[in-house]
Amino acid sequence: MTETKITARNVDVFYGQKQAIDNVSIDIDDGMVTAFIGPSGCGKSTFLRSLNRMNDTIADARVTGEIRLDGEDVYAASMDPVALRARVGMVFQKPNPFPKSIFENIAYGPRIHGLVQNKTDLDEVVEKSLVKAGLWEEVKDRLHDAGTALSGGQQQRLCIARAIAVSPEVILMDEPCSALDPIATARIEELIDELKDNFAIVIVTHSMQQAARVSQRTAFFHLGNLVEYGETSQVFTAPRNEKTKDYITGRYG
Amino acid sequence: MILTGVLLAVVGLGLVGWFAARGRARLLYTGRGSMHSMPSYHGWHMALWIIVPALLAWMAWSFMMPGLVDGAVLASPAAAQFPPDAMSRAAILSEARTVASNPNAAVFNPLSATLAEPMRAAQQRFGLIGGLIVLIVALAGGGYGLTRVRAGFPARTQVERAVLGVLLLASLMAILTTFGIVASLLFEAGLFFKDVSPIAFLTGTHWAPGNAGGENISDNFGAVPLFWGTIYIGAIIAMLVAIPLGLMSAIYLTQYASSKVRKLLKPMLEILAGIPTVVYGYFAALSVAPMMRDFAASIGMANPSTESALAAGMVMGVMIIPFVSSMADDSLAAVPRAMSDGSLALGATRSETIKRVLLPAALPGIVAGVMLAISRAIGETMIVVMAAGAAARLSLNPFDSMTTVTYQIVQLLTGDQEFNSPKTLSAFALGLVLFIVTLILNIIALRVVKRFREAYE
Repeated sequence: MTETKITARNVDVFYGQKQAIDNVSIDIDDGMVTAFIGPSGCGKSTFLRSLNRMNDTIADARVTGEIRLDGEDVYAASMDPVALRARVGMVFQKPNPFPKSIFENIAYGPRIHGLVQNKTDLDEVVEKSLVKAGLWEEVKDRLHDAGTALSGGQQQRLCIARAIAVSPEVILMDEPCSALDPIATARIEELIDELKDNFAIVIVTHSMQQAARVSQRTAFFHLGNLVEYGETSQVFTAPRNEKTKDYITGRYG
Repeated sequence: MILTGVLLAVVGLGLVGWFAARGRARLLYTGRGSMHSMPSYHGWHMALWIIVPALLAWMAWSFMMPGLVDGAVLASPAAAQFPPDAMSRAAILSEARTVASNPNAAVFNPLSATLAEPMRAAQQRFGLIGGLIVLIVALAGGGYGLTRVRAGFPARTQVERAVLGVLLLASLMAILTTFGIVASLLFEAGLFFKDVSPIAFLTGTHWAPGNAGGENISDNFGAVPLFWGTIYIGAIIAMLVAIPLGLMSAIYLTQYASSKVRKLLKPMLEILAGIPTVVYGYFAALSVAPMMRDFAASIGMANPSTESALAAGMVMGVMIIPFVSSMADDSLAAVPRAMSDGSLALGATRSETIKRVLLPAALPGIVAGVMLAISRAIGETMIVVMAAGAAARLSLNPFDSMTTVTYQIVQLLTGDQEFNSPKTLSAFALGLVLFIVTLILNIIALRVVKRFREAYE
């Protein structure tokens, strides 16, 4: 039994005069991984960033239509983007740990949101987040080393742990493995699979194999349109749309 | 006189040579690949061969000629009754030189008038000889250059090497000048420290170079009050103004301001850096200082002085704002966008992101900016000359008048002065201290900035 976490209806996104997303409607379910695939520039990252209003930070970006998280309008005047982003976490393409210690990187979110009252609780949150992100065993003896001193794959898991630490409901991942080697990628993919039981995960990826491996649902974007959306197995084995078929068989893109 | 004309002639010859060589090379040019270098390079090669050796000869001759002229004049019969000591001989010769070029000049020593005629004759003679030598060198250079106009001759490589030499010379010029300045500072300061002990200079608290003399000369050259005034005005009061204002304006401009506001405000802020310091100086002296005095009087201070460390320091702080703010601006902009995105995506507000992520990340750059600003502030002169006063005083009260190293240097070196007195020489010792301190500040700041840049490459 799955329930819908995010519903988007007739969403358009503009950068200045340029339309990046054209009339997209989609339901994203809880407890599973939804993959956005499509050629570069198709708008999949833009759409992802509109789910937690990260597009607000770009001066001339404009979003119209309706996006609801658990039925609440994300773009309503009453919705505080700060509170929204605490519920909808994000992991970026390039690992971006803060120039602080590993511990401080994780503790950052819980501190600013006042989630913990004392040091013991904070230690516990940090440990739990690192354990969930599969990083604890590697870093437990050097929590106070710089986060930037870790390897690329470890940095990305640190960023995932950092996102988990504020207990979000949804985690958005924008090509989280594109800067990593195959071994680190496999590690992250395993992690995504483990995390899906507790979070709704949306992942943008350029790798169709990755989408096929980690996701249960796949959405194919092309030129700002949502071309096809369905069960991953169906999209990859029996695409209904010609363009989807061309893309996944590698005819273009 | 003749030599100046010769110089013009050499340049003219160079021009002729340029056209001649290019023309000749053009005749040789029969199509792509037929010559190593394009004809205009042959022109330049030729012109350089005419001008550069001739110029060197000209310089050598100009250097030698006064000696030759003087020798000839001294050998003339009119010089038979010359006084034997070198100093008065030099004085008479220099007077004769003036009379030779300007017959109406007033003559102090009648002997020099009689020497004017032989002097003029000798100048003519040696000028003519020199001019001929220079012309011969130019023609010889040209002749050699002309023989090089051949299809296979690498004129381009040679000309480019010459250009390289010029560029190298230009870059060495600034460095050599700096070395010259340092050498003269060291030399003069060395003379000063022969009379005054460095320890007394660096640790003494009594500064009165005016009544220096006699036995305990060192007692009047205690520079600590000057150092204190410099630090108090430039590194404390000015920074208390410049750091918060500069930093806050940088944060506003990089993080909050819309691009329209930024485009308007940033150039306006940079105009502050272009105002001549003397303008700041009289603003400090005429507007701020009286205000500070009235304020001091209103809070109950007895006899506050018009000149105060506070007025000078505050205006200096305003002057420094653009430095701090543009350095802070650069370092905030150098923090990758991914960093602030990461923080915002965790639900941090913009101000939390700035406070906890951006500022710590940009801190090294900001610190470096502050250090450069301090080194600039303690070297600043006009504001303190006009607004800080002349009293060498060790005081914590910002309403007191104080003096700085730069102000004292101005005092010591303007007006009537005798060289080689400790009073005058102390200016060089002060300058040396100032130079060393600002040099250290600059080196540290540049290192910090460099390491900071590397961290984000």
